[in-house]
Amino acid sequence: MSVQTTLATESITDSEPAQTAADEVAVARQWRLVWRAFLRHRLAVVGLVVMVIIYLVAIFAEFVAPYSATQFNSDYPYAPPQRIHLIDHSADGTHVGLFVYGYKAKLDPETLKSTFTVDTSNRIPLTLFAHSTQPYRMWGLFNAHLHLIGPKDGHTQVYLLGADHNGRDLLSRLIYGTRISMSVGLIGVGLAFVLGLVLGGVSGYFGGRTDTLIQRVVEFFMSLPTLPLWMGLAAALPSSWGSLRRYFAITIILAIMAWTGLARVTRGRFLSLREEQFVTAARLDGNRSGRVIFRHMLPSFTSYLIASLTLSVPGMILAETSLSFLGLGLQEPVVSWGVLLEDAQNIRVVATAPWLMLPGVAVVIAVLALNFVGDGLRDAADPYKR
Amino acid sequence: MLTYIGRRLLYMVPTVILISMVAFVIIQLPPGDYLTALAAQLSQQGQSLDHAQLVTLEHRYGLGQPIYVQYGKWIWAILSHGDFGQSFEWNRPVSALVSQRLPMTIVLGFTTVIFTWIVAFPVGIYSAIRQYSPGDYVATTLTFLGVAVPNFLIALVLMYLGYRFFGLTVGGLFSPDFENAGWNLGKLLDLFSHLWVPVVVLGAAGAAGLVRTLRANLLDELHMPYVVAARARGVPERRLLFRYPLRVALNPFISTIGWVLPTLVSGEIVVAQVLSLPTTGPLLLESLESQDMYLAGSLILIVSVLTVVGTLISDICLAWLDPRVRLRYK
Amino acid sequence: MIDTAAPRHEKNEVFGKDMGMDESVASDERRPLLRIESLKTHFFVDDGPVRAVDGVTLTVPRGKTVCIVGESGCGKSITGRSVMGLVEHPGRVVDGHIWWSPADGDQRSSAGGRNPLRRSRRHAADSDQDAVDLAALDPRGEALRRIRGNEISMVFQEPMASLSPMYTIAEQLIETIRLHRRMSKRDAYRLGVELLTRVGIPRAEQRMNAYSFQLSGGMCQRVMIAIAIACGPKLLIADEPTTALDVTTQARIIDLLAEIQAETDMSMMFITHDLGVVAQIADEVVVMYLGTVVEQGSVEEIFHDPKHPYTRALLASIPKMGVGARKRPETIRGQVPHPLNRPAGCPFHPRCDQAIAGVCDTSEPPTVELPNGRRVRCVLYDRELVTTAAKGDQAVEATSGGTDE
Repeated sequence: MSVQTTLATESITDSEPAQTAADEVAVARQWRLVWRAFLRHRLAVVGLVVMVIIYLVAIFAEFVAPYSATQFNSDYPYAPPQRIHLIDHSADGTHVGLFVYGYKAKLDPETLKSTFTVDTSNRIPLTLFAHSTQPYRMWGLFNAHLHLIGPKDGHTQVYLLGADHNGRDLLSRLIYGTRISMSVGLIGVGLAFVLGLVLGGVSGYFGGRTDTLIQRVVEFFMSLPTLPLWMGLAAALPSSWGSLRRYFAITIILAIMAWTGLARVTRGRFLSLREEQFVTAARLDGNRSGRVIFRHMLPSFTSYLIASLTLSVPGMILAETSLSFLGLGLQEPVVSWGVLLEDAQNIRVVATAPWLMLPGVAVVIAVLALNFVGDGLRDAADPYKR
Repeated sequence: MLTYIGRRLLYMVPTVILISMVAFVIIQLPPGDYLTALAAQLSQQGQSLDHAQLVTLEHRYGLGQPIYVQYGKWIWAILSHGDFGQSFEWNRPVSALVSQRLPMTIVLGFTTVIFTWIVAFPVGIYSAIRQYSPGDYVATTLTFLGVAVPNFLIALVLMYLGYRFFGLTVGGLFSPDFENAGWNLGKLLDLFSHLWVPVVVLGAAGAAGLVRTLRANLLDELHMPYVVAARARGVPERRLLFRYPLRVALNPFISTIGWVLPTLVSGEIVVAQVLSLPTTGPLLLESLESQDMYLAGSLILIVSVLTVVGTLISDICLAWLDPRVRLRYK
Repeated sequence: MIDTAAPRHEKNEVFGKDMGMDESVASDERRPLLRIESLKTHFFVDDGPVRAVDGVTLTVPRGKTVCIVGESGCGKSITGRSVMGLVEHPGRVVDGHIWWSPADGDQRSSAGGRNPLRRSRRHAADSDQDAVDLAALDPRGEALRRIRGNEISMVFQEPMASLSPMYTIAEQLIETIRLHRRMSKRDAYRLGVELLTRVGIPRAEQRMNAYSFQLSGGMCQRVMIAIAIACGPKLLIADEPTTALDVTTQARIIDLLAEIQAETDMSMMFITHDLGVVAQIADEVVVMYLGTVVEQGSVEEIFHDPKHPYTRALLASIPKMGVGARKRPETIRGQVPHPLNRPAGCPFHPRCDQAIAGVCDTSEPPTVELPNGRRVRCVLYDRELVTTAAKGDQAVEATSGGTDE
């Protein structure tokens, strides 16, 4: 409102009982306000819970997975998923407890394909916190035998989500894939974030010619179809590179394209903040630009940044999945959701083993959860709005 | 308006030059040069290059010379007589291979953009003016899904369902009968009966994104002062909606071609691979796998330039529709 | 006390109107053009209903300018929008009447109007002596739509944002004219140019084909005024039309509005928080506080003899020139309460120096009718209440139940 000389009625503040209650709300810290606004979005909260679970699975992959990602059993190619049962009514009485039924495998002599039928007489009991016969190295640090779920008898093999062509357990591979896919998203966004924040910030803060130049570069990158370029770059990676090196190279390639979006957001915020009076005030107080940026401007839009970061993770995950699906991204023995989906490229394979599309479901769930969280954060980011 | 188009065309030049450089870098990226690759391939087939051939090729591609000379020779050949180089995997000129595949890619892309708009337009408007209605919730849920599901997964699921329940093989753009037939009405109809699958699959993500954009824009515009002012003038409600907020909300709609096209091209590669479509996507993938770099680089160049041209067209449309854009450059 | 802001000596036009006071006494007996009766417009937000307008009663006489003054958030804009049926979700008119009587059998003024449009304007209303209750009409319906922009039109706070950037001035002007009048595009265009010239836009022909973003704020407001008067309305609602403009432009726009009002038989409801403007153009003043009208009266009475404590405090807060100018202007103690926790009883009592404990904080104040159609919503002018309040608490409770509406 313009400062009029007429209604100068708001200048004196007499504290009154009714007023103090309102003041308490007003002094709540920004983060608490953001959090409160976030909790109002039910979908975002659900998304957050799912996201936390996914990341927990990724962190404790070795423990959560019943087997290792590479353990195979050539007797069970394309074995279908086994349903978990609780009650068994067999001839010898009723059993209660977690178990699955075993398979009867029949080899077709002509096509050499195995067909599996459920064998209800063969009950394989399951248990939580099962001991496996083969130890695994937790985080590459120490040996352990404990698995979240597994058969009571460590020698038997169960396929809760089915098996691939080598008889490897899809559930275990999916869980290991979670670690790779989710971390590609995080690390890639982290790299993109540094690039985007620096370039976008510089662009927005200094404006003028610097801004024009950086904006041209951003527009250039945005006008390109990303996948062909990613493919070109990824295809050029030497095949002699080890899986870890390749992993980082792919992440960097993904980040090269992803920073532009973040740069735009950062620039936009900086441009509008630059006009704010508190920034002018800070500058007139004699702060150097670095201090103005980091001490005064950045804190006022960190929540926006976090929201747009969260929103760019799904894009990364989708990109990695597409690349690996085409066979140009990560490659065996590294397991990611995209690598797993590569098996499902062929319609004949999908027809015999539709469960191989399950990693796709994992992708959808993760992307949805991250999108919900990001949307919720973005809406909550400005607690003073409305 | 003309000034605007001229300026926009000028802006395009550095972009296209940059794209060509990127494409050239990609060509050069794999270790070893074109000649050694070619020689290796020929010797595999029991042939070898004679000296005269070697010299011609060296001259043609400027091999052994500094990189910028090679780039100059490459780009000059393209600009002067459309020579994109030779694909040694197919042993044919790249231009011939591309011109075989490109029309279908453009048809597919164009149809998909149209499909996207036809779907997104009514859904987006409905979603905005009936905010928080059951229909809006359904639409919003679907758009969330559309954005989250990678489109090759939709293709896979469609293929699986078609195969499992109808015994159909969903894929390709033509039935076997028409595959090699000349163009006639039958073939055209056959094309349309196949085209819808990739169009729906490709358009899903784009339509979902558009619905979200349109809904958000329209929701912003619905409460703008100019809408209230128009209502205060006695403009009837329906006319008000279409002439005022929708008109402004449409502008981002037009400019979406700018971001729909790049994602479309990217999506096309994966989906075309799954559905085995005779478009440029699978060709690019094959060429990258076999390190047939002139083919790959040229495809990247062409597809990127086409995208930039598409964006240019959408910008011109936008300027034509939005006086604010048009008059800024008068 | 407030000589500098006194209306009489400000401008000749105002003085001229004063000369016509005798006449207006007579016209007061006629039905007013607009009569708002205990209007309530509430906004239903998550934290509960916000009673933005909570029992507003006011009248707009024919051919007069009524200024609605009050602090921001007192509900003056919402009152204006309620008349037009422009309150947006989650707001709704929940109670009260807005009696609109465009015709009162008095045709004198319409003959005087030099606007050619006026010939066709009285159709149904001519024979219909009954007033229409605008509050009862469907805000999105056809009946109200016909009135908007035709019989009642509105000028808004942000002129730039109130014109669509997608269409030229001509397109928006012609659209409005042709929505309410049967007229060819060519005639409407010609009338548009005439209107633009009338509101003081130079080179009107050229400006017809301009877009809003090519014009200055002042120019845009002139265009808005041109559109508003295009169909010769009976009432023009101006919602802080000068707030977004710079000071010199403000003065010109106000002069223009006052001029147009004086020339036609149009009434004007002028919403503002600027008492200087009020002094300059008002015939009558309505003072609002927290969704209620605390006082209505002629501009002289309000400025020279304010009755309500709030009006007095408001006038005392104007900085004065001359003797004692170095004194700080007085302020009203306390703050406007948040609309979600309105005080019980009189909304002004926590800040009122004359509040009577046990009366003002418990029961709604009565609206007291004073001579000359003046109204004050304050206990102090209800003799009976004041005396009983002095007698003792018990008596207060008894009477307050009786006088409360």
